[in-house]
Amino acid sequence: MSLVFAGVCSHAPGITGRTHMADPDDKTSFHTAFDDMRKELEASKPDALIVVGAEHFANFFMDNMPAYCIGMAEEYEGPIEDPEWLGIARTKAPGNPELSMRIIKRVLQEVDVAYAEEWKFDHGISVPLHFLTPRYDLDIIPININCQGPPLTPLHRAWAFGEALRKACDEVPERIAIIGTGGISHWPATPDSGKIDVDWDKEFLSQWTKCDKEAMLSYNDEEIWRDAGQGGFEIRTFIAISAATSGSSARVHYYRPIPIFAVGCTIGIVDLET
Amino acid sequence: MSLYQTQKLLYMLNKDTQLQSDFFAGKDAVLKDYKLSNEEINAIKKPDIGLLYVLGVNGQILMHYAAMCGFAWPEYIQAMRNALEEHGNVRSGLYVTTDGKGAI
Repeated sequence: MSLVFAGVCSHAPGITGRTHMADPDDKTSFHTAFDDMRKELEASKPDALIVVGAEHFANFFMDNMPAYCIGMAEEYEGPIEDPEWLGIARTKAPGNPELSMRIIKRVLQEVDVAYAEEWKFDHGISVPLHFLTPRYDLDIIPININCQGPPLTPLHRAWAFGEALRKACDEVPERIAIIGTGGISHWPATPDSGKIDVDWDKEFLSQWTKCDKEAMLSYNDEEIWRDAGQGGFEIRTFIAISAATSGSSARVHYYRPIPIFAVGCTIGIVDLET
Repeated sequence: MSLYQTQKLLYMLNKDTQLQSDFFAGKDAVLKDYKLSNEEINAIKKPDIGLLYVLGVNGQILMHYAAMCGFAWPEYIQAMRNALEEHGNVRSGLYVTTDGKGAI
């Protein structure tokens, strides 16, 4: 089998943790868009969901920071944050270590990745799962791309990683869904929290919808940091999804800058070639 | 190295609830295990969230320590903005703010 669903979404903690401070229409419209994504995901009848995320020092720190890591656990706990602060109750999501093992072994043929048999989700994965698998009944395979602690993996390596991931998905019999989750331009957890460069976001998303490899890989981290904030480094997750779905176009189902959520809130769905 | 140690302590506090309990029961006993400057020790103990930001602590680590210390989100943001006014720009690490005024 191969991919049955692919998309991207935002994951900022304010999406669930600061709903009381948000304009009601912002909150409702974005949560509804997440629900639309859930319906498309469920309709694809996946056996497992790969989440390509960009965690924020929940499991990985600068004492031993992998550029890429794939989870291989029986189950995953989360969120690591205070549940009241994040607005998501602490729970467990099922893993599938045997499937993870097969995927990791195939990815390793082309890209060196770390693996982890312990993994606690932070908002980077807990927020998407809160909306997309609210019953926590779908096997999850978490993947982390280090987007927080430079030096970071180059964008062209994120593309190569996405390609390797696709080959791995193609070789397993299970029906695999995959999402990338990250922000576009944003300055999260800083005094500039809430700043969003809508033009920058729309240009990047335009490239993402067209799966324009050359354009997406033409960014560099100095420019991203200057123009899109340190949160912009998370475009690596979007790029990995493009690489994993190369040849398919995608659509932006929802985009709206919501400052109290500290990000241009995004739901993107790939129209997979069949 | 000292910023690394400060961030390491806050990272460990964020993920280890037992360490959190030990820390708030007696901060000095936990702090002695980290190689910190006096300025860092004082900022952590007070807590001076804004100064920790200026010292270069990554916000993805700092925001959780702030919440742990009872800072509501607007208070956390304001503490960093006040510190930029008082101490000047971020001294080290990933963050240099764009204008120090924030967006909201």
